[in-house]
Amino acid sequence: MDLFEYQGKQYFARFGIPVSPGDVAQTPDEVVRVADRLGYPVVVKAQVQVGGRGKAGGVKLAADAGQARAHAEAILGMDIKGHTVHRVWVEHASDIAKEYYASFTLDRGAKAHLAMVSSRGGVEIEQVAAEEPAAIARLHIDPYEGFDEQQARRLVEEAGLDPEARAGATKVLLALYRCFVEGDADLVEVNPLILTPDGRVHALDAKVTLDDNAAFRHPEWEEFAGAAEMDQRERLAKSYGLQYVGLDGFVGIIANGAGLAMSTCDVVNQVGGSPANFLDIGGGASAEVMARALEVINTDSNVRAIFVNIFGGITRGEEVANGIVTALGRVDIKVPMVIRLDGTNAEQGREILRSVESETVLTAPTMMAAARKAVELAGGKL
Amino acid sequence: MSIFVDESTKVVVHGLTGGQARFHGLRNRDYGTKVVAGVNPAKGGQEVEGIPVFASAALAREATGANASFVAVPPKAAPGSILEAAAAGMEVIVCITEGIPAQDEARVYSELQHNYPKSRLIGPNCPGVITPGECNIGITAGEIALGGGPVGIVSRSGTLTYQALYELKQMGIGVTTCVGIGGDPVPGTSFVDCLAAFQADKDTKAVMLIGEIGGTAEEQAAAFIKQHVTKPVVTYIAGVTAPPGRRMGHAGAIISGNTGTAQAKMQALAEAGVRVASNPTEAGELMAEVVRQL
Repeated sequence: MDLFEYQGKQYFARFGIPVSPGDVAQTPDEVVRVADRLGYPVVVKAQVQVGGRGKAGGVKLAADAGQARAHAEAILGMDIKGHTVHRVWVEHASDIAKEYYASFTLDRGAKAHLAMVSSRGGVEIEQVAAEEPAAIARLHIDPYEGFDEQQARRLVEEAGLDPEARAGATKVLLALYRCFVEGDADLVEVNPLILTPDGRVHALDAKVTLDDNAAFRHPEWEEFAGAAEMDQRERLAKSYGLQYVGLDGFVGIIANGAGLAMSTCDVVNQVGGSPANFLDIGGGASAEVMARALEVINTDSNVRAIFVNIFGGITRGEEVANGIVTALGRVDIKVPMVIRLDGTNAEQGREILRSVESETVLTAPTMMAAARKAVELAGGKL
Repeated sequence: MSIFVDESTKVVVHGLTGGQARFHGLRNRDYGTKVVAGVNPAKGGQEVEGIPVFASAALAREATGANASFVAVPPKAAPGSILEAAAAGMEVIVCITEGIPAQDEARVYSELQHNYPKSRLIGPNCPGVITPGECNIGITAGEIALGGGPVGIVSRSGTLTYQALYELKQMGIGVTTCVGIGGDPVPGTSFVDCLAAFQADKDTKAVMLIGEIGGTAEEQAAAFIKQHVTKPVVTYIAGVTAPPGRRMGHAGAIISGNTGTAQAKMQALAEAGVRVASNPTEAGELMAEVVRQL
């Protein structure tokens, strides 16, 4: 789960990472109220989960209440790269002497944590990495041994942070690592981490991705979940516990297993179609799950044909087929559907499916044949 | 011959007394796997369908000579079970549990390297490992696998593993061992580990490698193949059409920017001399061609 900046800052604060005082607001009146309380100047920042909001005019400085209101009116409702701004974060403007960068993430290749610190903050870090890789100090951390003060201090020096920032930055890094590990994040990133003219180091931005698998030990994450950016299809799928990702195409996909679902999207693409979604219903493929999957696909008006791709392993072909038959009895599908059923007892399964076969419910023996059929029915070019 | 598990492998099932562990543990035994014991700290001394249950993995090992563990307990308990199995001296630990927090996974992996370097963890979040006809630990439906070699399979994806086993069986091509390494961020066993083992196994003559988007495991495999693998390798990578920055169901299947894309992985593997298929069926066909030429 990606957090918005304001949520990330609230999360940082729990771990003692210094952030500017501020609050979230959803209307111009609220913005002015928050700004009056904080004291001017304030910064009004659009809350969207996409980079480049500054360039898009989504971050503005306000010297007084009039300016705060004007900026709030301009920014709320603004569209930034397809993301509508529903909230802004209002914080007291900071004086900035220097801008740095700091992050912790998991380096999957090295199977270790990776810390990155740079004295070049405030710009796209990918750009720094590409143009001047030496400007980023990197350290691999053994997840079993952890990260200590000595390592943090060395990293800050190696990154070339200004001497007056080093003690403060070392403390921030240690707190940020705790936020990463104990806070069960996949990524914590501060860009920029700033040094103020009076020598304080604090986080001016917060990018946090939480590991959904750890939600069971973080009841406090509940409050973050409601604000997540999801379209209607994704919301419904999530409420059903389905693994769903909305895409832009016109062939609805239902498959069991993440790998097979991805592969199904690929194959549809290869034969000239375009997947409307990724939907993994998991191993079981019961009537209940299948019916819910069909309901989700039904809400997508772009879908012109459905491709159900099930490989029976432990769940046998006849059980899968019975599930599909029951689901079709419960959900009225609006477009043609092609079913490919293979694996354990596939023959028996196909026999059962014959009872529902019609002009709009078809079966195909292989994945490729089914993909072609589905794309053809959807009116795609083969 | 085979890798990691064979007819001599004796398996302890953690949590055999209930849930997923019981279901799959008994299935594995029915397949012919030597399931010699179960573990449940509260139910030592009981039996499950004739299989003795012990209070700890160490006691189970002592009493039965078990050398492998099957962990199918929920995410909260799985890290503890893996470490318990390693501390008991298990050589192979298969963990199918889905949904273990990444921080736990990274720490457990690292702890195994430090304290129990002789234990091999397969998974988590994987279908397990099967040497057809000898030993099946995990959730693979044994009947879709044909034994006897000459192909070794290693895969990050569950259903695509079954698909591969099935496609090969349809063509009468056998498998030495099929390892599902799982799609999580920190798998205990990597593509490279399996490639090294298959290269050393005299009955494995060719390798099928099934990857997916995200991470760098396929790129690392390509580099290893270039240097160390003389046997032919066929590959299929899922996720060509996945949009950047989105998770596709697995914790593992996420791509950011240009790294971890299917295209980048396929290119790296092709440059290492691997035959790259564009869909699972084609992978089976390419492998059939390879086997004919052996």
